[in-house]
Amino acid sequence: MATQNTKTLARLMMAPSVIALLVWMVIPLSMTLYYSFQNYNLLTPQNVSFGGFFNYQYFYTDPAFFTAIWNTLILVVGVLAITVIGGIAIGLLLDQPIFGQGIVRILVISPFFVMPPVAALIWKNMIMHPSYGVLADIAKFFGLQPVDWFAQYPLFSVIVIVAWQWLPFATLILLTALQSLDGEQKEAAEMDGANFVNRFIYLTLPHLSRAITVVILIQTIFLLGIYAEILVTTNGGPGYASTNLTFLIYRTARLGYDVGGGAAGGIIAVVLANIVAIFLMRAVGKNLDK
Amino acid sequence: MARKSTTQSKIVWTVIAWVVALVIFFPILYAVITSFKTEPEAIDGFSLIPSGTFENYITVQTQRDYFKPFTNSVILSIGSTILALIFAIPAAWAMAFAPTRRTKDILMWMLSTKMMPAVAVLLPIYILFRNFGLLDTRIGLTIMLTLINLPIVVWMLYTYFREIPGEILEAARMDGANLWKEIVYVLTPMAVPGIASTLLLNIILAWNEAFWTIQLSTTNAAPLTAFIASFSSPQGLFWAKLSAASTMAIAPILILGWFSQKQLVRGLTFGAVK
Repeated sequence: MATQNTKTLARLMMAPSVIALLVWMVIPLSMTLYYSFQNYNLLTPQNVSFGGFFNYQYFYTDPAFFTAIWNTLILVVGVLAITVIGGIAIGLLLDQPIFGQGIVRILVISPFFVMPPVAALIWKNMIMHPSYGVLADIAKFFGLQPVDWFAQYPLFSVIVIVAWQWLPFATLILLTALQSLDGEQKEAAEMDGANFVNRFIYLTLPHLSRAITVVILIQTIFLLGIYAEILVTTNGGPGYASTNLTFLIYRTARLGYDVGGGAAGGIIAVVLANIVAIFLMRAVGKNLDK
Repeated sequence: MARKSTTQSKIVWTVIAWVVALVIFFPILYAVITSFKTEPEAIDGFSLIPSGTFENYITVQTQRDYFKPFTNSVILSIGSTILALIFAIPAAWAMAFAPTRRTKDILMWMLSTKMMPAVAVLLPIYILFRNFGLLDTRIGLTIMLTLINLPIVVWMLYTYFREIPGEILEAARMDGANLWKEIVYVLTPMAVPGIASTLLLNIILAWNEAFWTIQLSTTNAAPLTAFIASFSSPQGLFWAKLSAASTMAIAPILILGWFSQKQLVRGLTFGAVK
């Protein structure tokens, strides 16, 4: 249908974006790949030498590496569990006829628009602080010992903050999906005597499955890169207790000035992200075919 | 009886929903309340009634020059969004109206660049920025934010443009419209809502981006994300001031966000959920 002319025009129109992204992807990534095989420290830039797989070996044998991988996994799975389950529950709640629905919706989605450093500092200082936080006030009110969240449960505290930020996203998407559920189907199921639990399991959940998949995949992409929340609250500690892979690479590269080590960690992160990406592309790609 | 029970259940659901919503919103509300407290008040136990001082807002401006990071945030988020639109509008246009066999592959590939972990290219970017003198400059950060959001912008525009029916162009052509008239009178009015939505969502994303802005800026080009993150080390009792700075940092984008609920779903799911 398209003539040769429009084809050429279309290519020209796409070229700036494609070239920009190609440059943005190829140059830094090949540099990372190159550095990952070099012994290169920014403090001793004159001593650059080929290091083979040394950097990978260094990363692999570092006990912090497995702690970081484990923490990344817990962080991602923990936040996903809270946001998906919470998102379905709140989505179902907001799908009911209630007074002031618009305002309730606005209140619920608000945390998503709070920039990560602000979100983390509000929680750190005003909610979870062991002496002045609201949770400490509540504990004191009941005569309990306040919990020092970031010292005793550092990873859990980060999970709570990140889950608070992403719960609105999950809720909003699941609510959108819920609202597209055919009302007649619901009524028919009700007429046939299906109770709430049965309706939820056999009608609502299958209808939501696609939206849930999308929520899980997109959040995973962002959750693998959690950084600012850790930086301003625990700074990865105590020890490596709340260091995820992103933060470990940042530590190695920026605080340790170890270019080679940071690059090897970066390549490992790319491989992990790709595994997730393949699934996401499939889910989104399916939609394109429709 | 049925009617009564519906009203009753509506009241019950309303109460539950409001409680849940207020719990979720509470940290933001409490930060806003604290920003109107004095410093001793801020750490003096739980209280929802501030003394109503504006002192903190004034102090944040006079002592920490709040206006500078705020200006940087405005320039970076709007600048990078407009730049991304300039790149993306022609691309999305071509993909939507002159698709070829490879269009889908290009779109998927663009999406895949979004999945590259930022930290993996931290060092190359840092070294490149250092060598080109782009560290801590607004230009450098604008380029960075443009590139990381470009795939989302292309995708979002594409999903909007794709919904403009191609038949309408043929109809216009039959009526004797030339290409220029076609663009001005037929296509532009139909494309504007999609472009506006994309603009809105992308400003929000750029405003809140907190990895590259923190890594690549120190003082001159530092936007609010980096400014607020610099408060993370404990410097005595400063919570009321921190709350004031935080409130000012999130208020504009929170309000924009309330208007962008639908676009958010569509843009961040790459059109997979509408």
